[in-house]
Amino acid sequence: MFIANYLGLLHGSEIHLRDSLKKVAEHHKNEPDIEYICKMLASWSEVHIQNLERFLKQYEEHKESEPDKLQHSLFQGTRKGGLGLLRDLHDLYLLASEVELSYMVILQASQALRDKELENFCRDSVKETERQVNWLKTRIKQSAPQSLVAAG
Amino acid sequence: MQQTRDSIKDIWGERTPYYGSWPERVDERTLEEPERWVQSACVLCSNDCAMDIGVKDGKIVGVRGRAVDRVNRGRLGPKGLHGWEANNSPDRLKFPMVRKNGKLERATWNEAMDLIVRRSKEIVKSHTASAIGFYTTGQLFIEEYYTLGVIGKAGLGTPHMDGNTRLCTATAAASLMESFGSDGQPGSYTDLDTTELIMLVGHNMSNTQTVLWARILDRLEGPNPPAIVVIDPRKTWTADKASVHLAPRVGTNVAVLNGLEHLLIESGNIDTEFIEQHTTGFEALKKALSSYTPDAVEKITGIPSGDLLRAAELIGRAKSMVSTCLQGVYQSMQATASACQVNNIHLLRGMLGREGCGILQMNGQPTAQNTRETGCDGALPAFRNWDNPDHIEELARIWNVDPVIIPHWSPPTHAMQIFRYCEQGSIKMLWVSATNPAVSMPDLARMRAILDKHDLFLVVQDAFLTETSHRADVLLPAAIWGEKTGTFTNVDRTVHISHKAVDPPGEARPDLDIFLDYARRMDFKDKDGQPLIKWGDPEGAFEAWKECTKGKMCDYSGMTYEKLSQGSGIQWPCNEKFPDGANHIYTDFVFNTSYENCETFGHDLDTGAVTSPQEYKAIDPKGKAWLRAADYHPPHEVPDGEYPFWLTTGRVVYHFHTRTKTGRSRQLYDAAPDAFVQIPEADASRLGIKEGDWLEVTSRRGMVQVQAKIGRIEPGQLFIPFHYGYWDGDFRPRAANELTITEWDPVSKQPHFKYAAVNISKISPQQLSEDPDKEKHRGVFQSIGSLIDTISGAILIGGKH
Repeated sequence: MFIANYLGLLHGSEIHLRDSLKKVAEHHKNEPDIEYICKMLASWSEVHIQNLERFLKQYEEHKESEPDKLQHSLFQGTRKGGLGLLRDLHDLYLLASEVELSYMVILQASQALRDKELENFCRDSVKETERQVNWLKTRIKQSAPQSLVAAG
Repeated sequence: MQQTRDSIKDIWGERTPYYGSWPERVDERTLEEPERWVQSACVLCSNDCAMDIGVKDGKIVGVRGRAVDRVNRGRLGPKGLHGWEANNSPDRLKFPMVRKNGKLERATWNEAMDLIVRRSKEIVKSHTASAIGFYTTGQLFIEEYYTLGVIGKAGLGTPHMDGNTRLCTATAAASLMESFGSDGQPGSYTDLDTTELIMLVGHNMSNTQTVLWARILDRLEGPNPPAIVVIDPRKTWTADKASVHLAPRVGTNVAVLNGLEHLLIESGNIDTEFIEQHTTGFEALKKALSSYTPDAVEKITGIPSGDLLRAAELIGRAKSMVSTCLQGVYQSMQATASACQVNNIHLLRGMLGREGCGILQMNGQPTAQNTRETGCDGALPAFRNWDNPDHIEELARIWNVDPVIIPHWSPPTHAMQIFRYCEQGSIKMLWVSATNPAVSMPDLARMRAILDKHDLFLVVQDAFLTETSHRADVLLPAAIWGEKTGTFTNVDRTVHISHKAVDPPGEARPDLDIFLDYARRMDFKDKDGQPLIKWGDPEGAFEAWKECTKGKMCDYSGMTYEKLSQGSGIQWPCNEKFPDGANHIYTDFVFNTSYENCETFGHDLDTGAVTSPQEYKAIDPKGKAWLRAADYHPPHEVPDGEYPFWLTTGRVVYHFHTRTKTGRSRQLYDAAPDAFVQIPEADASRLGIKEGDWLEVTSRRGMVQVQAKIGRIEPGQLFIPFHYGYWDGDFRPRAANELTITEWDPVSKQPHFKYAAVNISKISPQQLSEDPDKEKHRGVFQSIGSLIDTISGAILIGGKH
């Protein structure tokens, strides 16, 4: 059973997303909406990470050695300027999508396991992940034309 | 001089209690006997009182209220009775000016316009129209906004158009869209005539709309006075009249309103049939409200639970109810979410669309409603949806242009983002009309630096030299109210016409003429090669606007200049069905929420993320109103050891905006000559501060030095009025926005002026600092009157070097 491995992947992705949101908030302080909203979105991931701990423990004994390298890194660090912001948001979007997809995978497995608590955790958390993704999409759509066309 | 009352001493005038209807009372103030009277309406607050302008020898000599009008029945407030004196000020700009070698020099209209057109074309060629932005106002007329809107959206094709209405009224629009599908005010002033209860949320009406407040005072003096619920952290004159005054901590509106909704639902004082038939989202709202018990609300807001219960009981008992919101909601934390909770209260109780029941999501400026309607403020004309391809097609048909020219790939850019793009350099030309961001925007040090940028080509069109206009690269002298004809609309959808009474001074031109000249010189064409702008005067522009609104909710098609000039103002919708206008909209409780009609597909109230068209189609409420739930979130900046006080900002009754007009009436000036800081008694005595002491107020952004005014505010909070800048002399730092935060509501994008963490310390008069805008003023403002009159060649010292 590989559920523990996938929970580990989700855990890692949420941590990565939280840390990256915080970095972007800090780095793009001159964009006030970015600062405050990224901080808020990071706090949502923080709650997910805490709630995830018990499931990680619960399934720990079933952990297999990883069949493939599940972890990979997207976000290498923040960038500068309007285009830099767009690229940072782009990476955040991919990170959040990774988290969203992981919830979907685990949600499927939780049903096969008849683990109602894990299922509910996934359903509640992924709602917030979707809101993270939607905001990133909205903000990227707003930034893209100005950064790619008018700037420079 | 003739005056029927002293409005400086007695702000609201003599009581004229209701007996059946609101009696007439004609207020008048003239300096000389007029030869003739010209029909108009007041532009010095958002109430839009109808008035006549008295003219003698080609000069304005006074005003009087129009008894026939539904808005004021003849009354005028202090700003209306005095503010017209600004028209005659010697400080008026009379000639175009162009910056040469760092100095503003007199130029001809041809030189000035030619330069603007040359730069526009160069910028469009190298960077597209997305490098040009427009920042307008809540002061122009429909005809001017609509013309500018068409120029921007179908001529240039730039998404960067907004007004200072973003600062005053964006949340009103956003909350109406989130609850009812589109902008459009559900209430009517006549609702105040009969209603049983009036709830004012963050709205100090006694100061901000004095004549509307007089209407309420007259109700209170008559039979069956309404109950008044006031939610405001300050003990204002408005709060003095409250049956219940709830004084929450700054930034906690959502918690207070959630608490009220929770109690209404718990006590069963809701209209379940109405909720069932005409709303969607009740179960989710109920769940979200469940934790907002009176005790929980008291912990967050500081409001004693007993007071909250009393307010909920009054609201729950009333058979009719009017609510109003203003900047205490719109410029504070969770602005849109809070304003939506006020809409919710009316939806939960089925209290709208009928006599005595209405919501007035108030405007901050006289013509703010029209920037919203015409598409000058980050919306598309006549409440069309930028994300709905059918709406774009419709506009393209009306303008006879290819739809691709109309920017609709994302929401129109909001003001704060426009200035951010200027700061980053991707907007290279900014055209500011009739507003003064160097005093009215948050974090002024940052704003001054943006306006002073060398790579920003700044065009300003104004009637006066201001903290903003003296920084211009091209400064265009504008005609103002009384010197041009046009129409505008207030919060109860009443449209007034204001006729030209006198000629503008010198070479000053109406804003409409300036925009028309620009369009002609830019040679904007429709898709048949004909001029894009097909009108050449105000009435032609109004006719074009009528066509744009025909069949839409804000339908003007039944109005004409002639009809508007006959008596009272007329409410929209005005069309074949309602030839004399309609007192209410949504009388059938079918709201504008269907996919086809709605102006927005909605937002996440916490993040501002938009709902996609596909998602909306799946949940299309088809005419039911949205009950929007929101959880309370604490403000982003809270008092701490270093900055232990809350600062909130606002207005005083005698001034408007940055005082460019009201500061030029001697009596208004003298009535409130300087900024001050209001400080609670307890904090003052703890710190040994007495009335009139000089205080230095500091935040993480800046510092001001103002004298103390003690009392009538909750402990731990301070208040500074925002009107005062630096145009009228050399001052120490005193503009409230030196201190405020650059941040905004995620949905309405309205800046947060209502909270910032600050510290105070006592200083002596000898410790006053220099004017933060000093370099820009020396030699410009001190002898401004004679200077502008005699100007010839290079005299003005410029802002850019």
